[in-house]
Amino acid sequence: MPAESPALPPSEAASVSGWGRTAPTTARLVRPRTPEEAAAAVRDCGERGGIARGLGRAYGDAAQNAGGAVFDMTGLDRVRVIDADAGTVVCDSGVSLHRLMEVLLPLGWFVPVTPGTRYVTVGGAIGADIHGKNHHVSGSFSRHVLSMDVLTADGTVHTVTPGTPLFDATAGGMGLTGVILSATVQLQPVETSLMSVDTERATDLDDLMARLTATDHRYRYSVAWIDLLARGTAMGRSVLTRGDHAPLDALPARARARRAPLAFRPGQLPAAPSFVPEGLLGKTSVGLFNELWYRRAPRSRTGELQKISTFFHPLDGVPHWNRVYGRSGFVQYQFVVGYGKEEALRRVVRRISERGCPSFLAVLKRFGQGDPGWLSFPMPGWTLALDIPANLPGLGAFLDELDEEVAAADGRVYLAKDSRLRPEMLAAMYPRLDDFRALRADLDPRGVFRSDLSRRLAL
Amino acid sequence: MKDAFGTPQSLLVLGGTSEIGLATARRLVARRTRTVWLAGRLSPALEKAASGLRDLGADVRTVAFDALDPESHEENLGKVFAEGDIDMVLLAFGVLGDQARDEDEPLAAVRVAQTNYTGAVSAGLVCARALQSQGHGSLVVLSSVAGERARRANFIYGSSKAGLDAFAQGLGDALYGTGVHVMVVRPGFVRTKMTVGLEEAPMATTPEAVAEAIETGLRRRSETVWVPGALRMVMSALRHVPRPLFRRLPL
Repeated sequence: MPAESPALPPSEAASVSGWGRTAPTTARLVRPRTPEEAAAAVRDCGERGGIARGLGRAYGDAAQNAGGAVFDMTGLDRVRVIDADAGTVVCDSGVSLHRLMEVLLPLGWFVPVTPGTRYVTVGGAIGADIHGKNHHVSGSFSRHVLSMDVLTADGTVHTVTPGTPLFDATAGGMGLTGVILSATVQLQPVETSLMSVDTERATDLDDLMARLTATDHRYRYSVAWIDLLARGTAMGRSVLTRGDHAPLDALPARARARRAPLAFRPGQLPAAPSFVPEGLLGKTSVGLFNELWYRRAPRSRTGELQKISTFFHPLDGVPHWNRVYGRSGFVQYQFVVGYGKEEALRRVVRRISERGCPSFLAVLKRFGQGDPGWLSFPMPGWTLALDIPANLPGLGAFLDELDEEVAAADGRVYLAKDSRLRPEMLAAMYPRLDDFRALRADLDPRGVFRSDLSRRLAL
Repeated sequence: MKDAFGTPQSLLVLGGTSEIGLATARRLVARRTRTVWLAGRLSPALEKAASGLRDLGADVRTVAFDALDPESHEENLGKVFAEGDIDMVLLAFGVLGDQARDEDEPLAAVRVAQTNYTGAVSAGLVCARALQSQGHGSLVVLSSVAGERARRANFIYGSSKAGLDAFAQGLGDALYGTGVHVMVVRPGFVRTKMTVGLEEAPMATTPEAVAEAIETGLRRRSETVWVPGALRMVMSALRHVPRPLFRRLPL
């Protein structure tokens, strides 16, 4: 063997699925520990190609590659440089947002964008161009990425900055342009690790939209949990939770939190059991849950102090919570329709509520400006995300009908959550798809980067 | 690729004129399936089946396949997989034979066994290997309740299905963890051209009902599907009926 060729990283055959646990496929799971090993793995990945995978929180098949290679990037987990004055961090792509919070909060910095879980990697956050409760103020994750290193199909590393084609195609590109190796991220300054949260109830969908429209601009973070099983006059009843990082002087003078205002202690409950019977989350149980969840929320409360984990990541408290849907798993459906298309949103919510889809994790949020990534999901408008057990009969056809509504309103569905979109719908939803395909054809003519998602949707 | 509900985008039907096979193809084409391969003896009937599916909007192609010629399976089916991933293979060929005649003509009986069993072993193994190398896919095998317990009235057909059923179960276990899913479908009496003129058994069903059960089985990633579902209980009871009594049952 020539001395200059680096050793291949360890690999094993493994069944791989998304967080929704639907459609598992088998791939060779390769675990590079250095950028050099990652490059060797890309060069060696064989005719069925490869795809990078982080912590597997994409709900569908984005980080699976049947019969090919899946690069488990969590081995590249070093936080390399922290500039505590400028608030930037340089880290490997396999570093999780959880790790970043552990490291950065004591220094008075927070990640610029966090989704509903801390257990995503920086690479995954860029690949899916994730958004959080602050999208209406801060935009998506990759808007805060100052530069990144991308390993392309020929095995070379490109350092790219925003505004360049490779950067904008990679942000939201679902890993199909290359493997992200590291990134420089601009951080958000905070005085404490607590959140100051205002909670209020909305009695129906119109009330909810009116409240969000009127006062969202006052909050950095805003989201509404919505009861999609409520029908009739209560359709769309919701609980709004909005807030910001608590300033130091918001903490009670003699509270324990005063002594360590930047402490990060998320806490954790026992994990969900590995076997859960099918159909546990039906209309009755979810309806009951939703009723209680709505009732227990205060009609109106301001300035409540909550931990970061309580406010942003309530589900992270239960490891493997995705198992509660049983063996068949579940489907996440998230779409956005622009402002002015409220009627389409109402129709979709009405259809879901009339059909009685048992969804207990549904959230509605207003997006701000769209993001520059070619396949980035957000656009100015309303986004609704919901979860549905995959074994619900007729669900596939029902979601196809919702797709039609969304596409007719010039909206789109989120690829990081998708596991069932019809390929024909894609071009209408993502107008820059042709540019994306052209860039891939140019940089990756042999189609080295491939995933089950890219095969299913002919991306 | 299959979607979250197990619905395939590409389908290979072995036994391309099988009524159950075509009913399943129609049902899946109405959902996600865009590419359909019909494998069978090249004939006007096969072409007619193909054009029927084309009318539904699918991209349909035919490929020569003869269960009685296992030597050709590797080459003919290999061509199909070389064109692209196959998300689901439906092993739908089989012959009923004529019990009375087959008992008198051993060679006719052997043909039933060779079609239903050895032909399926060969085609099943060829497809299993191809599915395994693509890391995903479902192999759906049409067995029969007749294979569950041999009956005086059709034990030649029944024994061939018993062999097929056991083979498919074992294959499913062998492929566990490879990303390939093997599903054994055991319909009862199905009203098709194959059973025309036969006395209808209780709990008779239709090709459309079998197709629906297959779609549900794909969604649930089931390993065994009975059509109708109640046959699971019925056969479970019949399996334990003592021989002297079973022999006398009007089945």
